[in-house]
Amino acid sequence: MEKNVKKIALFVLGLAFFTGCKPKTTSDAISGDAAKKVYVAPGEHDEFYSFTSGGFSGQVSVYGIPSGRLLKVLPVFSQDPETGYGYGEDTKPMLNTSHGFVPWGDQHHLALSQTNGEYDGKWLFANENNTPRIARLDLTTFTTTEIIEIPNSAGNHSSPFITDNTEYVIAGTRFSVPFEEENGDIPISSYAENFSGALSFIKVDQESGRMNIDFQLKTPPVNYDLSHTGKGPSSGWFFFSTYNTEKAHTLLEVNASQNDKDFILAINWKKAAELVKAGKGRKAKAKYAHNVYDHDSHSATSTILDEVNVLDVLDLEGVAYYIPCPKSPHGSDIDPSGEYIVGSGKLASLIPVFSFSKMIKAIEDKKFDGEFDGIPVLNYETVLHGEVQKPGLGPLHTEFDDKGNAYTSFFVSSEVVKWNLKTLEVIDRQPTYYSTGHLTVAGGDTKKPYGKYLVAWNKITKDRYLPTGPELTQSAQLFDISGEKMELLLDFPTIGEPHYAQMIPASLLVEKQKRIYDINKNKHKYVVKSEDETRVVRTGNRVDVYMTLIRTHIAPDNIEGVKLGDEVYFHITNLEQDWDLPHGFAVLGNNNSEVLILPGETRTIKWKPTKVGIIPMYCTDFCSALHQEMQGYIRVSPAGSNTPLRYGTGDKAPKGS
Amino acid sequence: MATSQKSLQTVTRILTAISGIAMFVVLLVPIWQIQLSAPQYPEGLSLYIHANKLSGDVNIINGLNHYIGMRELHEQDFIEFAILPYVIIFLGILGVLAAVVNRKWLFFCFVIMFAVFGIVAIIDFYMWLYDYGHNLDPAAPIKVPGMSYQPPLIGFKQLLNFGAYSIPEKGGWIMITAALLSVIAVIKEIRSKKK
Repeated sequence: MEKNVKKIALFVLGLAFFTGCKPKTTSDAISGDAAKKVYVAPGEHDEFYSFTSGGFSGQVSVYGIPSGRLLKVLPVFSQDPETGYGYGEDTKPMLNTSHGFVPWGDQHHLALSQTNGEYDGKWLFANENNTPRIARLDLTTFTTTEIIEIPNSAGNHSSPFITDNTEYVIAGTRFSVPFEEENGDIPISSYAENFSGALSFIKVDQESGRMNIDFQLKTPPVNYDLSHTGKGPSSGWFFFSTYNTEKAHTLLEVNASQNDKDFILAINWKKAAELVKAGKGRKAKAKYAHNVYDHDSHSATSTILDEVNVLDVLDLEGVAYYIPCPKSPHGSDIDPSGEYIVGSGKLASLIPVFSFSKMIKAIEDKKFDGEFDGIPVLNYETVLHGEVQKPGLGPLHTEFDDKGNAYTSFFVSSEVVKWNLKTLEVIDRQPTYYSTGHLTVAGGDTKKPYGKYLVAWNKITKDRYLPTGPELTQSAQLFDISGEKMELLLDFPTIGEPHYAQMIPASLLVEKQKRIYDINKNKHKYVVKSEDETRVVRTGNRVDVYMTLIRTHIAPDNIEGVKLGDEVYFHITNLEQDWDLPHGFAVLGNNNSEVLILPGETRTIKWKPTKVGIIPMYCTDFCSALHQEMQGYIRVSPAGSNTPLRYGTGDKAPKGS
Repeated sequence: MATSQKSLQTVTRILTAISGIAMFVVLLVPIWQIQLSAPQYPEGLSLYIHANKLSGDVNIINGLNHYIGMRELHEQDFIEFAILPYVIIFLGILGVLAAVVNRKWLFFCFVIMFAVFGIVAIIDFYMWLYDYGHNLDPAAPIKVPGMSYQPPLIGFKQLLNFGAYSIPEKGGWIMITAALLSVIAVIKEIRSKKK
């Protein structure tokens, strides 16, 4: 008996050493050929561009897929001292708003322009969440070419989402607020009575891409989260996820999570646009900025507009319908066929999939469950295609591949789940590291997804990479989705906080890229097209320096006669016409950034001298073998002095006193 | 039927006519090319010499030349571009005329003028290459002692970080072909005389 007890005791002791082992969860093993699939050999190029939102950085980043390499950070809503965006005189107007100059933005979502439901590689639209704006980027130069502010909106989250032929860019407000035409100085608790939602429809000129707000739909107050366009049979409709139908104005965490169902708002925008054309709607007073950058004049202009076309959605017949959707929906995604509408309810334990054809029939048959705030509510079961059961916890967003599958991101259970649209069966689930927000399938929101790659953009990084102090970058995982099961290929850190991305085949953009700006087309107000035209001109206490940069000297590189109290404007033209030859320009102690000038471009940067003496200037971008010789001097004399204004380079430099 | 002693064989007339017409084509295409390659120019740089102008990356090459003190290339500096088109037209007319008029003396006139033109052109090109490569600006930033930058007349040469290939372009090949055809025609005529 004693022997047995001893054996048991030893066994139990042995067990004690094994309690340190954690049970192994789902497969953490990467397959052997993952490295080959993501290795882009030196000299080779990636297959896809991923335009990735920068979140609170305010910029848009460009990654190569499958290598995950950062190709560039594009300045959009935040100042960029590296290029002078938002610091130089030519680009400062881009960041102008009805509140004045705003140096930062919160960039959440991106939309590539589409023709017939497929990416056409013309423009990229980006939204700003904080001071509601939409930017349009030119994809031949990868630069921000237009920014329009959205009035009557707050937290421009449900944006920018485009219609399938880029007729409109839509911006839905996140927060309902009193419209500008009404008195806004009211108690916050009067939310339900006095606040309104705004869904803005911005028309895009098909040739130039120029935006203008065609009309805004004024809606009863809810929060709008995301939206997407119908396509194919559902083309002409737009679907918005709404939450806070509880109409809470405080502690939304609790108060906006009470109702069992919120809604997906279906808007027949084609009908609304026709009503606008027929004259319905009224002009409401609202101040907002419209900023345009022109590539021939290399400068931006900002205009403040003061009225906008508003239609009350309750005045319109057959334009708006509510589809009940469990529980604070986030994503509102339409599959490639245009038939299925997937609602992802953040707090739901299932994914409802609605059928567009059933929705149209329900509207015809008037299968309504009463109305909410005057908008008819369709019967849930009548419009439902089916529910994906127990998919995971906290579904956020769904995209689609070219094989009839859907991929949904789960924030709470930290995974991506693949399921079939027709059968609603879960096919595969893969963990993300950690807590993925949105995901992107290449072409996953178009009529013809490319499939192949999926990237999960995560919110929590923790131990994924070498630690960098308390603040860590965000993490992203690249999956191969060409097979039945998803295969994790790569894990890479990202700048800012990506909320969303759009992946487009490189082949659609590579041939269109500009390599230089043609100096003969340069229409900048202060352009100088040859060194003979360089000069320094004084008007009162404003000094204009007309300067050229070419390898490897500055003209003029000796300037005398500048005084304390002057405002000096350097107008710098890069005369090069060769590929990859920017010059930079900086002045010692300038309370401003440097400015980067591309071949054929002209840039203006302002300098207020702060000290008497000799102030050096130089080229900051390594341009040639003699870059260290590309420098100059400016003589700053005391205020009111008689030093004559003289300038020149080489033989023409001022001699003597 | 006895062929007149003064006239040419049919085959000679055809070859001569082709050579003459070919000259007109030469006016329309580049005659010579210089291709440059360097580590930082994966896309390469090209210079094309036509009968009446330069084309290709002339501006970029001029921008690079000034580092080593080579003179910039400007069309107006070369009287050759003013004269060459007329010389080529003249040869073209002469060749066609020789075929049509069908006289041995005119034919040999054409062949001799063509040969002289060819030799003069090559010598002239060589002299320009020499001049550009050796007459360097003494104030040039980059000075490699004893180094000269004469591009090759034909073939490959390394000039600092640039590899330079000097080869005929379409016009050049056409003229070389025309020259060969003319040689064949001359041989045929001389052989027939001996018979």
